[in-house]
Amino acid sequence: MDLKNISINNLLNQYPFSRKFFEVQEIELPEVDFLLVDYLSEISEEFWEDKGIDPEQILFSLEAFIEADLKQQALSENWIDTVAILGGHNKSGEKEDVSLVFRRGSVTTIVGPTGSGKSRLLADIEWMAQGDSPTGRKVLIDGKEPGQEIRFSLEHKLVAQLSQNMNFVMDVSVREFLEMHAGCRKVKDVNRTIFDIVAEANRLSGEAFDMNTPVTSLSGGQSRALMIADTAFLSSSPIILIDEIENAGIDRKKALQLLVRNEKIVLMATHDPILALMGHQRLVIRNGGIAKILETSPEEQKMIHVLQKLDEQWFNLRHKIRMGERIGTADSPGI
Amino acid sequence: MFPKSIFVFLPDLHLILDIFSGKYRRATDIRTIKYAYLGDALYGLAEYGSHFKIFVMKFITVSGPPSSGKTAVLVKVLEELKTQNVHVGVVKFDCLSTNDQEIFHRRGIEAGTGLSGNLCPDHYFVSNVEECIQWGRKKGFDLMVTESAGLCNRCSPHLKGVLAVCVIDNLMGVNTPQKIGPMLKFADIVVITKGDIVSQAEREVFAYRVKQVNPSATIMHVNGITGQGAWQLSQLFQQTGVTESLLGTKLRFSMPAALCSYCLGEIRVGEEYQIGNAKKVKFEQGKRSF
Repeated sequence: MDLKNISINNLLNQYPFSRKFFEVQEIELPEVDFLLVDYLSEISEEFWEDKGIDPEQILFSLEAFIEADLKQQALSENWIDTVAILGGHNKSGEKEDVSLVFRRGSVTTIVGPTGSGKSRLLADIEWMAQGDSPTGRKVLIDGKEPGQEIRFSLEHKLVAQLSQNMNFVMDVSVREFLEMHAGCRKVKDVNRTIFDIVAEANRLSGEAFDMNTPVTSLSGGQSRALMIADTAFLSSSPIILIDEIENAGIDRKKALQLLVRNEKIVLMATHDPILALMGHQRLVIRNGGIAKILETSPEEQKMIHVLQKLDEQWFNLRHKIRMGERIGTADSPGI
Repeated sequence: MFPKSIFVFLPDLHLILDIFSGKYRRATDIRTIKYAYLGDALYGLAEYGSHFKIFVMKFITVSGPPSSGKTAVLVKVLEELKTQNVHVGVVKFDCLSTNDQEIFHRRGIEAGTGLSGNLCPDHYFVSNVEECIQWGRKKGFDLMVTESAGLCNRCSPHLKGVLAVCVIDNLMGVNTPQKIGPMLKFADIVVITKGDIVSQAEREVFAYRVKQVNPSATIMHVNGITGQGAWQLSQLFQQTGVTESLLGTKLRFSMPAALCSYCLGEIRVGEEYQIGNAKKVKFEQGKRSF
C-alpha cells in the first residue's frame, strides 16, 4: 500500500471506506487525480495548526486505518467449541475449587443472593480473565489461554454481554446508535437490520418507540429491549452473557427466544425460578465464589411446566394492572 | 552540561555489551553520575566502588481531559509495577490545587507536583519536562510518568520518542474523540475508562469511534476502580524503550498559541483592549475554505 504515490481517485476506488477516515478528520477530499500527498501539502499551514494534526500523521493514521479495515474483512467466523473456567478465590480469599467447561449449545444459569458475585463471574468471562481480575479466575478458550489479539482486539468479538444496565448514556438517536454499532460489527445490510432490531425491541417492551428517539430518552424497559434486540441481531459472538434479563418488565420468554440459539454458549445470571431452571446446570454463587454446581434434575424439569402456568397467570394479572384495569372482581378475578 | 558527541568508556566495554543485550540494574549508591549517549539513548553511569552500575529510566507522558480517570488509572498501574519491583515515580501537573500527591504517597509511590497557578498548566508542563526528568534521575527511578492537566482540546503534551498515553472515558459522548486534538491523535496508547457504567454495545461503539480518530494507537480498557486492565497497561509501560535525551527532543505537535492581552492580565472586554493574537469569529455559514 503505497500511500505516498497514490492519487486521490485511486485511493477512493481501491479503499472506498477511507472516505470515512477523512470525514472523521474533517478534511474534504476532492475527487481528482492529484496525488494525495500533493493535495495535503497544498493545504495551508494555518489549517493544520488549527486542526492539531499534520500531513505526516494523516498518512500514518490512514495507513493504519486501511490495514485495520482490511484485517477485519479478512476475519473468519468466530468459532469456538468450549469455554472453561478455572476457579480463583472468593471474597474471603478461600480457594474456589472449581474447574468448569461449557460447550456449544449449553445454557448455564448463575444464581445467588444479591451481592454474591454473579455479575463478577460474567465480567470475568467477558474479560477472559487470566488471573488478573479481582477473583483471580482463569478463562480458557478451546482449552487454551486466549492470546492478546483475541482478548483486546476491537475486531474479535467472542462475547456478547447484556449487563444490568437499564439506561443508555450515549448522546445519539436509536437509528444513529444502531448504525454505528452495525458499522463496527460489519453488518452487511445495515438498514434492514436496524429496521428488524427496532421492530423486535418494540415487541419486547410496552410503549413503542421509533428510530429518531434519543436513546437516553428511552425508559428502562425500552432500553433493555433495545439492548436485547441489538445483541440478538448484531452479534455473531459464540458466547452470550445475560445478567438478570427478568428486570424492567421485559417479556422473558420472547427475550430468551431471541437470544438463546443453538450453537451458542449461554450463561445467564438470574433471580427468577423459571429462568434458573431453564439451564442444563446452575452455578450457586456465595461470598464471591462458586459454592455449588447443580444439574437440573428431572423433577425440576417437570416443575418448569407448573411454574410456567403460574407465570402465565401472573403475566395476565400484570398486564391487566398495567393497562389500568381492575382485578379481584367477579368477572375478572385474576387467578 | 551534557556531552553531545557519542563517546564510549573503554573500561566499560562489557557494560556497553550489557546495554545492547538489554541488561541493566538500578543504581543503589550513586556517588558520581556521568551521562553518555549510546546511539540515540541517554544512559546514566554510576560509580560504585570499583564497579560501574548503570541505571536507565523509562519515561512516559500521560494526558487526557479533566476527570477522565488519569490519576485512578495511574495509581493502579504504578501499584502493579511496584509489585514487580520497578522503582516508580510520578509528577502531576495541575493549575490550582491537587491532593493527588497524597493519593500516590499513601500507596508508597513517590510523587511530585507542578502547580502552574495563573499559567496554562500544559504549557507549564512542557517548560518543565526536562526538570522533571532530572528530578527522576536523581531519585533513581526505573520508570517515571508525568500526568498533565489536558485542559483544552488542542493540547499537545506528547514528545517524539517518548511513550504517549491519552486517557479518556466512555461517558464523554460519542463525538468527543473527534474533538480532541493532538492529545488523542498523536497518542501511542489510548486508555478508555468507566466501561462498567455503560452497556457493552456503547463500549464497542465508543472504542470504534476512537479507532477512527487514531487508527494506529493501541486502545485499552482499564477500570480505575477495580484495576482491571492495569496489568496489561503496566506491561506496555515496561516494554517502552529508555527515554531518549530530552535535549533537542520535540513535541509531536505544537501547543495552542495564545499571547493576547487577556494573557497579560487585561480584564476589559472590547476590541480596543485587544492586542496580540486575537482571532475573530466568522459568523457567516458556509464551507470552510483552505
